[in-house]
Amino acid sequence: MNGYEFYVDASRCIGCQSCVGACAECGTHRGKSMIHLDFIDRRNTIATAPMVCMHCEDPTCAEVCPADAIKRGEDGVVRSALKARCIGCSNCVLACPFGVPKMYVEQELMMKCDMCYDRTSADKRPMCATVCPSQALMYVKPADAPHRRERPVNVFRFGEQIVRTKVRIMLPPDTPELTMDAADYIWSGDV
Amino acid sequence: MSSLWKEDFSVQAGEDRYVQRRQFTKFLVLTSFGMFVGQCWILAKSLLHRGRTFPSQVVARTGEIPIGGVKLFRYPDPEDPCILVRISEDRFAAYSQKCTHLSCAVYYSAESRRLVCPCHDGFFSVEDGSMLQGPPPRPLPAVILDRRGDELIAIGMEPAE
Repeated sequence: MNGYEFYVDASRCIGCQSCVGACAECGTHRGKSMIHLDFIDRRNTIATAPMVCMHCEDPTCAEVCPADAIKRGEDGVVRSALKARCIGCSNCVLACPFGVPKMYVEQELMMKCDMCYDRTSADKRPMCATVCPSQALMYVKPADAPHRRERPVNVFRFGEQIVRTKVRIMLPPDTPELTMDAADYIWSGDV
Repeated sequence: MSSLWKEDFSVQAGEDRYVQRRQFTKFLVLTSFGMFVGQCWILAKSLLHRGRTFPSQVVARTGEIPIGGVKLFRYPDPEDPCILVRISEDRFAAYSQKCTHLSCAVYYSAESRRLVCPCHDGFFSVEDGSMLQGPPPRPLPAVILDRRGDELIAIGMEPAE
C-alpha cells in the first residue's frame, strides 16, 4: 500500500498472541507463524514484544545467502526465501541481527515475515497489524501514526554495523537510534 | 574485491534482472563470434571430408555366388557391414547392410527380389537401393563395384559418407 508504513510499539504489546495466530492463518505458510513474540524477562514481568521482519535497506540475511535466495523488492520489502533456491543452510538465521528468519528443517526451507506480500501488494494491511488490539503493530500512514511521546526510529547500531530498516519501532523521544551491543546481553554470572 | 559477484547476484530484485546496454552488446558480440567460429569449423570439416578416399577391397569371385545368392562383407571399415547380391548372371549389386531408418541389418529376399529390413518392414529396391516401402527415409548407400576378370572389387561408396 503506497504511503503506508509499519510501526512496532513494544510498549503497547499486551501479549495476547493475536498476531501470532493471525500470521499462522495465512495460506502461504499455513499453520506456521512468522512472528516472534518475545517474553522480555519472564521471571519478573509480563512484558512482551512482537518481532516482525524489519526489512533492512541492506539486508544481512540476503547478503550472507550463498544461494541468492533472498531478494529485496523495489518496494523495500525483503521477501521470504525463494523455495527453488533455498538450500536450508541457516546462514540467514545466524546472521540476522534481529533474529527474524526461521528455519524449517523438515522442508529444508527458511521462511520469514515478508510483510504479508500477498496482502500488501493487493492494498490490504498485513495480517498482524489488522488484528492487533492495542496498536503495538501498526500499518498506517506516517501522519496517522498515533504518536504519544514516542518517536519512530529505523536506525540500529549493532557494534560497528549500522542497519537502516523499512519498519520503524517506537522509542523514547530522546533516542535517535538504538544501539545494541551483544556483550551487554551475555550473562556474566552475577545475577 | 567482491563487487563483481555482487553486481551479478544483487540482493535487490530490480538490479538482479537489469541488463546493461554494455552487457547486452557483449552478449551479442560473443554469441556472433561463437556462431562464426562454428561456421568456420563446419566449413573446414566439409573441406577435409571431400578428400576422403576409399580402399580397394576384393569382395568376392563371381563363381562363388549363385544367381539370387548373397555374400556379406565389411566395407570400407571393419565396422561397416555390407551385402553383395547377384541379381542375374552378370549383374551384381552391393549395399550397406544398415537400414537408413534405425540401422537394423537388411537381408535379401529372393522371392520378392527386394532388400528387406525385418525390424519395421522397410523395403529397398535391389536394383538401385532406393526405398520402396516402410519407414526408411533415405536409399541404402551403395558400394561401387569394379569387375576385374572374375574378381569383384569394392572401390567406393555412393553417396560417400
